[in-house]
Amino acid sequence: MSDVVALGKAGVAIRKANDAGRGALIGYLPAGFPTYDGAVDGVKAMIDGGADVIELGLPYSDPVMDGVTIQRATEVALAGGLRTRDVLSTVEKVAAYSDVPVLVMTYWNPVERYGVDRFAADFAAAGGAGLITPDLIPDEGAEWIAAADKHELDKVFLVSPSSTDERIAMTTANCRGFVYATAVMGVTGARDKPSDLAAPLVARVKSATGLPVGVGLGISNGDQAAGVAAFADAAIVGAALVKALQDGGPAGVRKLTEGLAEGVRREPRAPAER
Amino acid sequence: MSTVLPDQFGHFGRFGGRFMPEALIAPLDELTQAWRDAMADPEFTGEFERMLREYIGAPSLLYDATRLSDIAGARILLKREDLNHTGAHKIRNAIGQALLTKRMGKPRVIAETGAGQHGVATATACAYLGLECVVYMGEVDTERQALNVARMRLLGAEVISVKTGSRTLKDAINEALRDWVASVDKTHYILGTAAGSHPFPAMVRDFVRGIGDEAREQSLALLGKLPDAAVASVGGGSNAIGLFTAFIGDDVKLYGIEPGGDGFETGRHAATITAGQVGVLHGARSFLLQDEDGQTIESHSISAGLDYPGVGPEHAWLADTGRATYRPITDAEAMEAFRLLSKTEGIIPAIESAHAVAGALDIAKELGPEATILVNLSGRGDKDMDTAATWFGLGGKEATGE
Ligand SMILES: Cc1ncc(COP(=O)(O)O)c(C=O)c1O
Repeated sequence: MSDVVALGKAGVAIRKANDAGRGALIGYLPAGFPTYDGAVDGVKAMIDGGADVIELGLPYSDPVMDGVTIQRATEVALAGGLRTRDVLSTVEKVAAYSDVPVLVMTYWNPVERYGVDRFAADFAAAGGAGLITPDLIPDEGAEWIAAADKHELDKVFLVSPSSTDERIAMTTANCRGFVYATAVMGVTGARDKPSDLAAPLVARVKSATGLPVGVGLGISNGDQAAGVAAFADAAIVGAALVKALQDGGPAGVRKLTEGLAEGVRREPRAPAER
Repeated sequence: MSTVLPDQFGHFGRFGGRFMPEALIAPLDELTQAWRDAMADPEFTGEFERMLREYIGAPSLLYDATRLSDIAGARILLKREDLNHTGAHKIRNAIGQALLTKRMGKPRVIAETGAGQHGVATATACAYLGLECVVYMGEVDTERQALNVARMRLLGAEVISVKTGSRTLKDAINEALRDWVASVDKTHYILGTAAGSHPFPAMVRDFVRGIGDEAREQSLALLGKLPDAAVASVGGGSNAIGLFTAFIGDDVKLYGIEPGGDGFETGRHAATITAGQVGVLHGARSFLLQDEDGQTIESHSISAGLDYPGVGPEHAWLADTGRATYRPITDAEAMEAFRLLSKTEGIIPAIESAHAVAGALDIAKELGPEATILVNLSGRGDKDMDTAATWFGLGGKEATGE
């Protein structure tokens, strides 16, 4: 029972994939790009293409963890007049479309501005599963942690190759859903070469927690997703999907997602160790 | 005097802290440790003080501005940071952090710059200490501060023009942070103001507090007492915290002058504290200019060095507790003070510093003729001559008619 609580909504979806002998696929697209409706269609295409968990970006004026692809997309969304309430209604639409859990990836200030508890309440009411918070560390996150616990939302904090073992233990103890491991020291964006920092990081995280571990930053195709699925519970793909939406619309997103979904199924793997 | 804040997590009351990607937390912890060790090591502080003395020309003069005082109606003392090597207070912080970079064994430095003063100061420190230097600067600023771009390049720095967002200082900081996340094992980020995440506000304060420490001693020598008020312009807050720190425990009024742009009521300004909205930007909780959704609003100021929608967390705390007072000065008022100081004292100030002078003129009226007001003349105006020429119509051909 307590295991179910720690797994949260995203963790359950990831473990379901793992129990079927494969890695899970987490797909990212920002709300409002290229338009409000275009983003909804893009996310639905990720779901149709086989994503197990959705990571919906909340566009922010100062996205320091994002490379140029996601920066440009979120600039377009904001220039189009996207508001926080539009992100919440996007969540509502996508959550109604399927059972795939929808997490929102957000820099901290928009949530703080909305009111942390009020945001958690409205987001939960919209059917959202949890937040991924790239610039909020648990050390500063007491208000969010309390609100997430109250509204039963997943709290996904990040760990990095530079994190000490102490910080990994503290951070994972504060996560619910999964642990987001950033595979490289750097910002979002597709990369040609797989990172050799990811596997050792995942091993360190797994020695600290039974939560599933997702690996992101730089994955852009089925081969790379297969490589990550060999040692992590989930592969997280962002910039490549944004580019696919930009170049090929929802059909392009669906095609790439299918390729990625095939990738995470490629390596036969044992059910995850708990 | 002892400064008790920030606490060990970098909090000044409800402000400050660390709102940063996890990837930078361990490096920030290492930096905090390296800075604390360095400040406790006489070899480091001795070398820092030697460079301040021999390379920068510290202590900077405390100048009794009698002609300006006549007009102001109170005694005005100018802390002449404009006479420092490279022409502004910024060099103190740049030298301090560059020395710390050497001590940490990192070969590369990155920095952001708005007016270009911090970029020039950092490029200078890196040239002197043999460090590789990359400076991020918003495209808008590279245009309005072209002279400083040339200076940085001459000093051997690479200047990268930032074309994202509003293409000004905040975007240069974003880009520097993106670089840093990817390069932190070999690179130190010399942030140019007393803002950002812990330890930057406290560390930068350590390196610039000489401004106030010197001025305090100089005031006692000149007046036999402390001034009644200390005034400084506030962009991110380094020259102001550098001046204020020595006087926090004294009965000296502290005034931070914010850039009022076209006028606070027009909404086109960069008066962050006056606007009074709390939020998180660039790694700390403080006041910032933001819309209803927490998106950062573009700031406006004639002064590139003050054109920033955030402010260092210690100033937010000083404002919140009432220890310091913050008020805006418009572009027009600052430019009037720019001309006044040039004509009366033969000192062309940086437009940033002209804001402080304009603020002091108002404060003089409020405090009366017996008052002595210490003003941080944080930089010189060479970099601003294009702006001034346009503002006052001083261009070559048109000027003949004047
Ligand atoms: C001469 C001068 N004064 C003041 C400032 C404002 O910065 P701060 O508030 O950090 O002192 C700048 C920034 O570039 C500057 O060049």
